[in-house]
Amino acid sequence: MNKKIGVYICQCGSNISDYVDVERVREVVEREEGVALAKVTMFACADSTQQEIVKDIEEQELDGLVIASCSPKLHLFTFRNVAERGGLNKYNYVQSNIREQGSWAHSDTPEQATEKAIRSVRAAIARTRLAEPLVSPVISSERTVLVVGAGIAGLRAAVDLADAGSKVYLIERDHFVGGRTAQWGELFPTDETGGAVTADLYEEVINRDNITLHTGCEVVSNSGSVGNFDIKLRIAPRGAKADTDAAGAEGLDDFEKRLERAIEACPVEVPNAFDFGLTNRKAIYRNSGGFPLMPAIDFEHCTRCGECVNICPEIDLDQKEAFEQIKAGAVVLATGFDPYEPGTDEFGYSSIENVITLQQFRRLIEISGDTLTYKGKDVKDIAYIFCVGSRQTGALDGENKYCARHCCTSAIHSAVLAKKKFAEIQNYHFTRGVRTYGKQESIYEESSKLGDIYLQSFEDDPPVVSCENGITSVKVKDVLTEDRELEVDADLVVLVTGMVPRADKRIGEIMKVPAGRDRFFNEVHPKLKPVETVLDGIYLAGTSQGPKNITETVQSALAAAIKTNALIGKGEIELEPTMAKIDRALCEWCGKCQEACPFDAIDKTEFEGKAVAGVNESTCKGCGMCLPVCPVNAIQLIGFTDAEIETMIDALAD
Amino acid sequence: MDKGNNKKTSKILVFSTEKISDPAIDLAGLLKQHYPPSVDVISIPCSSGIKPRWIMRAFDKGFDGVFIAADGTDCPFSDTCEDKTAGIVAMTHELMDGKGIDKARLRMAAICSVCSEAFVKQVKVFTDYLAGAGKSG
Repeated sequence: MNKKIGVYICQCGSNISDYVDVERVREVVEREEGVALAKVTMFACADSTQQEIVKDIEEQELDGLVIASCSPKLHLFTFRNVAERGGLNKYNYVQSNIREQGSWAHSDTPEQATEKAIRSVRAAIARTRLAEPLVSPVISSERTVLVVGAGIAGLRAAVDLADAGSKVYLIERDHFVGGRTAQWGELFPTDETGGAVTADLYEEVINRDNITLHTGCEVVSNSGSVGNFDIKLRIAPRGAKADTDAAGAEGLDDFEKRLERAIEACPVEVPNAFDFGLTNRKAIYRNSGGFPLMPAIDFEHCTRCGECVNICPEIDLDQKEAFEQIKAGAVVLATGFDPYEPGTDEFGYSSIENVITLQQFRRLIEISGDTLTYKGKDVKDIAYIFCVGSRQTGALDGENKYCARHCCTSAIHSAVLAKKKFAEIQNYHFTRGVRTYGKQESIYEESSKLGDIYLQSFEDDPPVVSCENGITSVKVKDVLTEDRELEVDADLVVLVTGMVPRADKRIGEIMKVPAGRDRFFNEVHPKLKPVETVLDGIYLAGTSQGPKNITETVQSALAAAIKTNALIGKGEIELEPTMAKIDRALCEWCGKCQEACPFDAIDKTEFEGKAVAGVNESTCKGCGMCLPVCPVNAIQLIGFTDAEIETMIDALAD
Repeated sequence: MDKGNNKKTSKILVFSTEKISDPAIDLAGLLKQHYPPSVDVISIPCSSGIKPRWIMRAFDKGFDGVFIAADGTDCPFSDTCEDKTAGIVAMTHELMDGKGIDKARLRMAAICSVCSEAFVKQVKVFTDYLAGAGKSG
């Protein structure tokens, strides 16, 4: 079919025309087959030019449009809209990038920049000649969101999604909400406690009728995709049948007293994960100030002796796990992080008894009374070893190459807290360069003014922790004092451990969310699409995407909530038509495409009595990984067909 | 007036990716990090989706070299992208062997979304190699 193509060459003020002879480009390309008109414009993106293009499309009955201008990253959607306003199928528009990849890249060779621009526009015209009008699949969408994880990111995202009008399922694997934030005491810079922040958000959640909170809950399967995720939830038995949150003040008081006695009566003691093993808890337990207020039973360790039930009949040891099938239009993954667990003997961890992690130290400050003690001994001199489990480059050669961002500030803030709360504390910081970026620099300054000592080494010569005759010491060649070997005897060594991705990968596997090279969930683009995944309808909030402090976590959660609402708010979703298409006549099912597809979008199906590949349009992401593995070339990627790519190659080669 | 030399330089076709290496190539332009203007770019969703026949077509049509600006480990689609793209290069090398084309005329390197300098360096070095190698292999 002969197309009537309109070509517009943008000067971009003078950004393009200073180096590319746009008039010459116009003269050459207007002779190309199918070109009905070719114009030079001052700014193709200007309103007046857009209107002119719309008018041209209508009056000249154009059925193809090429605009040679800036990068499609900037204005692809602008010009697709222009095409649509003129009544043209938006996929019959092709953009030629003659600015970033033309005039700017080759400003030193203007004549050759012009020749390159001509090739680029000719290739775009050639592609437009073959471009099919495509229809974006439009699917109806549930106005429901599943938020996985009720830490601070999940709680915050759930509240904002609910306020925007969505029904929200907020699920938390633990029996208590708040995640890591609930474990921390005073937070920098406001001095609010993590527990108080969690309590405020929890109240916001339970006061909204359109949020359903399930604790002890996990995703076990998903069979749907964007707009219509079909998700099965497993809700573990909590072991408590009363909704004590709604019991009223008097009822609550009575319940609290009985519960305290029930917990005291429980004969089972296990290490308390909330305190990172520093304390023990009973098999019936609540986290410190944790929500919901109902206790939970640790059924893995409970002996079912019934002592707690005798005192507190609200306890129900016969509860069974439950399953719930839900439909969701979108999913927000706010699954958080694990603290880095040092290896055996890494800076003395687990081999020297007074070496603990930063997370343990935070809890130790919280649970200590007037004096700071660890394992029965007074703590005065504290050594902090930074970047443990982070920035594992060079000689450290670990898999965590990244900086965990929050830990310098958290360690120094903890040191300041310890110094203010307990007497005679002296802090020694063994750093690899302090990274208290932005406003957090003030805590570094405060710590310095309080007399904290800072030493520094590089990754190829880290501090050495040793213990002789019951005295633990940390030795380092300090680069700040010209490599002097300095040694500190410490009552406590705190390993400033960072964040690592969750060891439990199941949710990523179930939802098929790709991980990046840091093994956290991968965003589409770190700057331009930081909360989106390549999976339509699945967004990332907080540290599931990478290390963040609480402020950054909440920012990310709000971004995810806004993006999610923008997607499902209209009740229908338009998908990109780029997807694999099988030539069923050619296909002789071999399974290689199915094997190559990272999204399980290809299944074996039947066509005229033979087995062939079939593409699930709602799960195909248009990556094209199935294309090169097909031995009979039976797969084309819509929008990137052999014909389209090869005609561009031909045009560029001329 | 061009400051650059006017001798014919090697023609290179770059396959770059919409989400990862395209931004790097755009960034090179933004920063005016010049590279040979005989480098043309075709953008695709993912470097693991390049068909060997497209690369062979480029050689048939007169391109001296083909450079795959790969997603590498930054690929938003799959953590196996690097291996899969390497597999495409290996498959194409076999086809090139069959036609007596120097395998070094096909190169691949991971170009992250801000790796503009790496991109410029790669295509400059490749251009120089092709100029020195007599191109046709």
